[in-house]
Amino acid sequence: MSVVTEASDAAQPLLKVNNIEVIYDHVILVLRGISLEVPKGGIVAILGANGAGKTTTLKAISNLLGTERGEVTKGSIEFDGVAVQASSPNDLVKRGCIQVMEGRHCFEHLTVEENLLTGAFTRGGDRQGIQRDLEMVYNYFPRLRERRTSQAGYTSGGEQQMVAIGRALMSRPKMILLDEPSMGLAPQLVEQIFEIVKQINEQEGVTILLAEQNTNIALRYAKFGYILESGRVVMEGEAEQLRNNEDVKEFYLGLGGEGRRSFRDVKHYRRRKRWLG
Amino acid sequence: MLEFWFFIEVVLNGMFAGTMYALIALGFVLIFKASGVFNFAQGFMVLFAALCFVGFLEMGLPMIVAFVLAGAIMVAWAFAVERFVLRYLVNQEPIILFMATIGIAFFLEGFGELLWGADVHPLDIGIPDGAWFVGPDGVMMVQQFDVSAAIIAGGLVAVLALFFTYTRIGRALRAVADDHQAALSVGIPLNQIWIIVWAVAGLVALVAGIIWGSRLGVQFSLSILALKALPVLILGGFTSVPGAIVGGLIIGVGEKVAEIYLGPYIGGGIEEWFAYVVAMLFLLYRPQGLFGDKIIERV
Repeated sequence: MSVVTEASDAAQPLLKVNNIEVIYDHVILVLRGISLEVPKGGIVAILGANGAGKTTTLKAISNLLGTERGEVTKGSIEFDGVAVQASSPNDLVKRGCIQVMEGRHCFEHLTVEENLLTGAFTRGGDRQGIQRDLEMVYNYFPRLRERRTSQAGYTSGGEQQMVAIGRALMSRPKMILLDEPSMGLAPQLVEQIFEIVKQINEQEGVTILLAEQNTNIALRYAKFGYILESGRVVMEGEAEQLRNNEDVKEFYLGLGGEGRRSFRDVKHYRRRKRWLG
Repeated sequence: MLEFWFFIEVVLNGMFAGTMYALIALGFVLIFKASGVFNFAQGFMVLFAALCFVGFLEMGLPMIVAFVLAGAIMVAWAFAVERFVLRYLVNQEPIILFMATIGIAFFLEGFGELLWGADVHPLDIGIPDGAWFVGPDGVMMVQQFDVSAAIIAGGLVAVLALFFTYTRIGRALRAVADDHQAALSVGIPLNQIWIIVWAVAGLVALVAGIIWGSRLGVQFSLSILALKALPVLILGGFTSVPGAIVGGLIIGVGEKVAEIYLGPYIGGGIEEWFAYVVAMLFLLYRPQGLFGDKIIERV
């Protein structure tokens, strides 16, 4: 019996986004048909520039669009075999899908430890389990243990990012949606955070779907990537393959093939060549 | 010596009045903490809750039943506010939510009158109304009613403070106050939280309404009392439960002492404006109040 379920688990992706369209305020079309799949235990990256629709995609998955007057008007999203649109954000967190929002969004007036504990809200009164997981988070982020009694609003940007990730981890998730973890952080710190995310993925078996502008680092840690432009997936593939793609190098990694060129040429080239799916 | 005892009496009276202000301020603090909204309707909730309680009493129900029923109505009211108002205003600017509470206030005022009429209802809940005389030869008079009211208010505050600081729900309430969206993203259901905090604020309003009502009679002016809570809030900080108490005490004692000892020099009536002047000074020099959350600004 268990063998059968495991086999079907492997075949079935944890998250399946099928051709969704998102409209804000009834008029602004932000996503025009996005499809993607995240396998269980994988790290998948959504890449693209500002306004490409990365954040919107993540919020559609965690069902947080409602508070911003956004709406999924077409297509379907399935997490762990169940349609997302029918469940509240609260249900989704209970079922194991939690988002770490762009810009961290710590609870400023709560201490670091209280912030982490709010992540366990949906777990009710499971004290022992929660205490154990608090230890686990402190082991991943020793810095947070030192700062456990400081108000989160007074901690540094890097520490806040750690709090946000740790807080999500406290809900015992199957999948974390990680929105722009590198935002506003020093390169060294970004590297450190990605390293920890990778550890969490490997050791806790948490699936990661991350949205990043920093294509370089995202493609080093992810196994698979989707590139978004104006609300469409314009390219997808194994991270390795994307990293070696000439267009990705040119537009996202800043590596022109033949030495330095004037930025005017680059713009021109870009205008001629459009990726429209 | 006599003067000393008189001073103590003035201070004590001020403290008792202060706990009564604090009781009203508490309701504001609860809702402000959990939703970052100044609930304009709090005063009317006090009036409405007291009206319900008196109404049930006048129907001949025993006091405990009347209390439970009035409490149930306040909880139902919390559900209604969430269902018909707050639900549609998630993630809106605080000013928009504030405007909504003004609407709620007007509705509640009219609704209360519709149900229970606009008469003044006397209320006697059997709190002993005598006085104790203490000190040498009983020079100092202490109203028993004031003492009971202070004990009730103090107990309520202690319970709420513990609830906010140490429970899972209390933590969630503070989280919601800080950041709606983030709270939603970690799986805290906003609507349930709002129902809880409005219900608790409603129950606090009920207690405040009963105590004030049995002193002044249950009438429209109860809702105006809420204005007295404003300086208390500014002093204590909008986000602090203990702050509401200390703020209330300072205002209560301050205005009584000022009235008696400064009054004769500048013509009396200090009690009327003392609180507001103190509030203004605080707004100028310490806008977060004595105990309020500091306005965090990282540079």
